[in-house]
Amino acid sequence: MKRTQIYGMMAEFDTPDSIVHAARLTHEAGYRRIDAYSPFPIEALAEAIDFHPTDVPLVVLVGGIIGGLSGFFLQYWIHVINYPINVGGRPLNSWPAFIVVTFEMTILFAGIFAVLGMLALNGLPMPYHPVFNVPRFAFASKDRFFLIIFSSDPKYEPAETRRFLEGLNPRSIAEVPS
Amino acid sequence: MDDRAQELINKQAPVIEPGYTFGTVTDKISSIVLTRPTSNGWFVGFGIAFLITMGLLYSVGYLFVRGVGIWGVNIPVGWGFAIVNFVWWIGIGHAGTLISAILLLLRQSWRNSINRFAEAMTLFAVACAGMFPVLHLGRPWLAYWLFPYPNTMKVWPQFRSPLVWDVFAVSTYATISLLFWFIGLIPDLATLRDRSENRAAQIVYGMLAMGWRGSARHWARYEMAYLLLAGLATPLVLSVHTVVSFDFAIGIVPGWHTTIFPPYFVAGAIYSGFAMVLMLAIPIRKFYGLEDFITDRHLNNSAKVMLATGLIVAYGYGIEAFMGWYSGNRYDAFLLWNRLHGPYAFFYYLLLLCNIGIPQVLWIKKLRTSPGWLFLISGIILMGMWLERFIIVVVSLHRDFLTSSWGMYYPTRWDWMTYIGTIGFFLACMFLFLRVLPMISIFEMRTLLPEAEVKAE
Repeated sequence: MKRTQIYGMMAEFDTPDSIVHAARLTHEAGYRRIDAYSPFPIEALAEAIDFHPTDVPLVVLVGGIIGGLSGFFLQYWIHVINYPINVGGRPLNSWPAFIVVTFEMTILFAGIFAVLGMLALNGLPMPYHPVFNVPRFAFASKDRFFLIIFSSDPKYEPAETRRFLEGLNPRSIAEVPS
Repeated sequence: MDDRAQELINKQAPVIEPGYTFGTVTDKISSIVLTRPTSNGWFVGFGIAFLITMGLLYSVGYLFVRGVGIWGVNIPVGWGFAIVNFVWWIGIGHAGTLISAILLLLRQSWRNSINRFAEAMTLFAVACAGMFPVLHLGRPWLAYWLFPYPNTMKVWPQFRSPLVWDVFAVSTYATISLLFWFIGLIPDLATLRDRSENRAAQIVYGMLAMGWRGSARHWARYEMAYLLLAGLATPLVLSVHTVVSFDFAIGIVPGWHTTIFPPYFVAGAIYSGFAMVLMLAIPIRKFYGLEDFITDRHLNNSAKVMLATGLIVAYGYGIEAFMGWYSGNRYDAFLLWNRLHGPYAFFYYLLLLCNIGIPQVLWIKKLRTSPGWLFLISGIILMGMWLERFIIVVVSLHRDFLTSSWGMYYPTRWDWMTYIGTIGFFLACMFLFLRVLPMISIFEMRTLLPEAEVKAE
């Protein structure tokens, strides 16, 4: 991969429709290292750049299992092994009474894993990112939609890529300095 | 959906008034935080709430010096205001989670304009609730004994006790509510970061937004995590008030030892929570001119939820009374008699009036969309739900099995000061929240606009 001072080429669009259309055409044209930015979630946009994440549910499942098991065995270890109290010969492993804490720990761990897992998989927090070097990108959190082709894409050629993006009728095009 | 149902929906008030674009929605909500000057009304309101909070600190400080003897609690009524207020506050919090999680799963998109401040309400209500059991401990500096940690005394909490379940339920609830609220805020914090012209605000919002840039990949994972979190919060919120009701139902005191408690507590929680949502939403939308986003549709829907949960609560009261008679248990029968004729009978009738009688006017559509009336009825419901917990705690405890151990409970000025103080604390937190964070979820409002729709090709 060639090292370059240019991070990518960015095109700005006005509507959700045009960004989804443009993203789809870009993907069809063979660009693979691309991304799109929108001020609100658009399901069709992730599909257009062929991104289908399955990692978050897995992380949450793992968190839930860890939480549930540790919740139950914490109680089991305390009440059966470490500090057994015999009350009228009742069973030490009185599991029905342990359900509430097991349940709460399952939810707690699954929830924490969901949030931290989502952030980690997305590479956040990330205080610096090259796309913020484009002044108009400030509108990506308001009412504009952006498509970027990264310079690391094998098909990336500054002049050719710019011509391709111009063909998509964007509102503006900018080179993203690294 | 058949045509008739669609027609009915079209006839309702819209969730968001027509004519808005992505830009104007963003500007309208973010300007409240970023550019609009802080109004005098805000300073007056916050000032009053802050003074009441100081009253809370004073009464808590005095409590720490003198102990729980300054309160009206004594044997036989050992729980008193502390537990009444705990249950009341935590119930109020439940509406926020219901709105943000359960209505999300049910695809009720009208929730998008009220979920943010309802979630904030949840957090502050849980904070108020969490104070009371700790203050009630007698030795509050030992509150950490409630958690299982390895210690030199070589003892552990008793996990078969509902009071320990409560610790886990409430602390999990507070944590998950905070996470849910924060994850919902991230995209809006990015908006504030990009819109703000003040360097300090840019840095603070920028740090909190954690570099969010709205990438399609990020949104895909974000939506998945948000949905899963909603799916987790839904059983959680139902479990929390269930566990709170176990604090009572596991005990053998007459009036507490019933299986109706969990569902009836959860319904009551949502009932009072929606009342609090309306009491906050109605003045907020008026003072900040947000009638276009929090429309009559929201008032109407919230009122319907109150009506429905209120009827479940009424059913709970009915079953309690029926079981008092049908069980043939003389203590349960006496409890019913004592509620109707005992020294606290006035409050029981007041409770029936506030929770069952007056709210029936919500069947009238005109009242469901009238802010003034709804505000008043919500206040009555909040009072009624507080009385319900008072009746459950005090009337059951003050006359139980042995007449020799009967007694009366009278709250002292410190009870009142602590209770009113938490209301001030709650309001002060709400005022600060309105001032520094977007009170309506901006990105979720954008998705409600017609232009957000991607036409299929």
